[in-house]
Amino acid sequence: MTMGFEAGQDAFARAVTDPEAALPPGVTSRRGEADAMRFAVYRNNVTVGLIRALEMRFPVARRLVGEAFFRTLARDYMRHELPASPLLFEYGDSLPAFIEGHEVSESLPYLADVTRVEAAWTRAYHARDAHPLTIAELAAIRPEDLGATRLVAHPSAALVRSAHPAGSIWAAHQSETVTPPRAWQPETVLVARPDMEVTVRILPERDAPFAQALLAGEALDAAAAKALAADATFDFGSALVGLVSLGAFSARTDDEDLPK
Amino acid sequence: MKHNTLALTLAGSLAAALSTAAFAAPKTAEEMQGMEKCYGIALAGQNDCAAGAGTTCAGTSTKDYQANAWKAVPAGTCTSMEVDGHKGMLEPM
Amino acid sequence: MTRFDERETGLPRRSGLGLKPEHYQSINDGEPDVGFFEVHAENYMGAGGPPHRWLETIAAKYPLSLHGVALSIGAAGPLDKAHLARLRTLVERYRPASFSEHLAWSTHDTGFLNDLLPLPYTDETLQRVCDHVDETQQALGCRMLLENPSTYVLFEESTIDEIDFLTAISDRTGCGLLLDVNNVMVSAVNHRLDPYAYLDRFPVERVGEVHLAGYDEAQDGAGDRLLIDAHATEVKDDVFALYEHLLRRAGPLPTLVEWDNDVPAFDVLHAEARRVDGALAAEAARRNARAA
Repeated sequence: MTMGFEAGQDAFARAVTDPEAALPPGVTSRRGEADAMRFAVYRNNVTVGLIRALEMRFPVARRLVGEAFFRTLARDYMRHELPASPLLFEYGDSLPAFIEGHEVSESLPYLADVTRVEAAWTRAYHARDAHPLTIAELAAIRPEDLGATRLVAHPSAALVRSAHPAGSIWAAHQSETVTPPRAWQPETVLVARPDMEVTVRILPERDAPFAQALLAGEALDAAAAKALAADATFDFGSALVGLVSLGAFSARTDDEDLPK
Repeated sequence: MKHNTLALTLAGSLAAALSTAAFAAPKTAEEMQGMEKCYGIALAGQNDCAAGAGTTCAGTSTKDYQANAWKAVPAGTCTSMEVDGHKGMLEPM
Repeated sequence: MTRFDERETGLPRRSGLGLKPEHYQSINDGEPDVGFFEVHAENYMGAGGPPHRWLETIAAKYPLSLHGVALSIGAAGPLDKAHLARLRTLVERYRPASFSEHLAWSTHDTGFLNDLLPLPYTDETLQRVCDHVDETQQALGCRMLLENPSTYVLFEESTIDEIDFLTAISDRTGCGLLLDVNNVMVSAVNHRLDPYAYLDRFPVERVGEVHLAGYDEAQDGAGDRLLIDAHATEVKDDVFALYEHLLRRAGPLPTLVEWDNDVPAFDVLHAEARRVDGALAAEAARRNARAA
């Protein structure tokens, strides 16, 4: 016996993710010798499998930078962070932040936000199912209660506020031919799945602070005040009806009902 | 703006939005789908093929070639993403 | 230790196919003649959304096999309690006809490695695996099947033969076995063993399910043939012949065709299922003729 079970697996796990590492002790073959080509099958399975997982979740980012560069980026990320759990569809949740700190963001500053849209898409797809708040339920709120009302974000809803046209770039890559966005301007993207279809929508930019505040759980009056402070043309009614119609919320709650 | 005044303004604004033709009555699911088109810009995406990665209990014969020997450069559609000299364009790394 | 009755669960002695998202619609619409569907448990551990909606629909029409790929039963460290709880939630929700996992490990304290990694076969590792199988069966409240692995390396410290190792686990925990015939071929070629001799020694009376898949070929450092368990093609002819040999010995068994990479159109998978059903029917007919 060369080493204990725990120590053996520690060494195996280290070697399988580090191509520079020596083969773990005790690994052999029928010929009685360690064979790097055989151990490389495990290294390939782990590395190629995780890179493939990121390729499947971030197809737009992959097209943006090309397959070869994306593989390098994914490998860098994998060396930086292995999946925290076997729920592989969650792998890459932190890729946008990783890209932000990566030198690629110097030349492609929009790349991180595009991956934020892609990450939100998969999260929305697998999110808890919930009935969206309806227009009728919104209309039933008494006028005197309206300002203090808070809306509960739908489990699938996420907002991506970008200084770049992240939504337009994402949309341009959903078809074979890519047409660059006509206008290079900030975009706020709402991703939601009120039923079984994930929807991706660019919001009117003047509504972005309002949507962000509501999804963060702020009361309607506070959220409206923020939006008005940012843009005096903000129209509360149309923004609220619009967000509700997109399925951004699952319920409403008054100040008193809110768990403290 | 005082709190009361804001509350009245909000109620009025919501009532106005709800009373326009598009939002006059409680909506069925089908009608709500139509309404969504009124707000924001809808972006069409593939719905079932991007569920993210699935697990596999298989191995692969694909080899992971290390890119250390050469410096990888973005070479996808990002090269066509330039707009009016804005920072969307690719610059040499 | 609670022993779980093997008659409580069971898949039909028919062909089964892995359920893939790209085929949800055509399976639901066409209701193909397939004995059962199998899913990887981990792909249904999200909170909601289309995967669960589809699985509910399809599990209402076909027997379901729940196949875990990440419990890491062969890990030196303790089982992930959160993962066991997720599995239990799935078992309670979908009431699968079978739950199976691998004699392998995939999780370490550095994270999830996303591969079925090998372990040495020793008295120490045997005891650890038995503890993990027992803990899993207690947590899920049902008997599980444990699958023989494809391996590419051996361990110097191994002192127990793989079949003896699997048999001992089954003896001690009451678990059943999942016999992957492609894994038998892969490991046999990789370690210069006779796959037929392996099958003839395997305790087939404990087998609750058979797996078939396509392998890929590479070479090891000495230029020798090295098979890889790739699940990216049809079942190879030599593996299918080995499977027919198994049926002659063990009789018809629930048999899954796995195809996880480069997944083809459903018709291609269905043709594989029909090939399996043909072999199962032929063996049943052979046995009936002998009995008559």
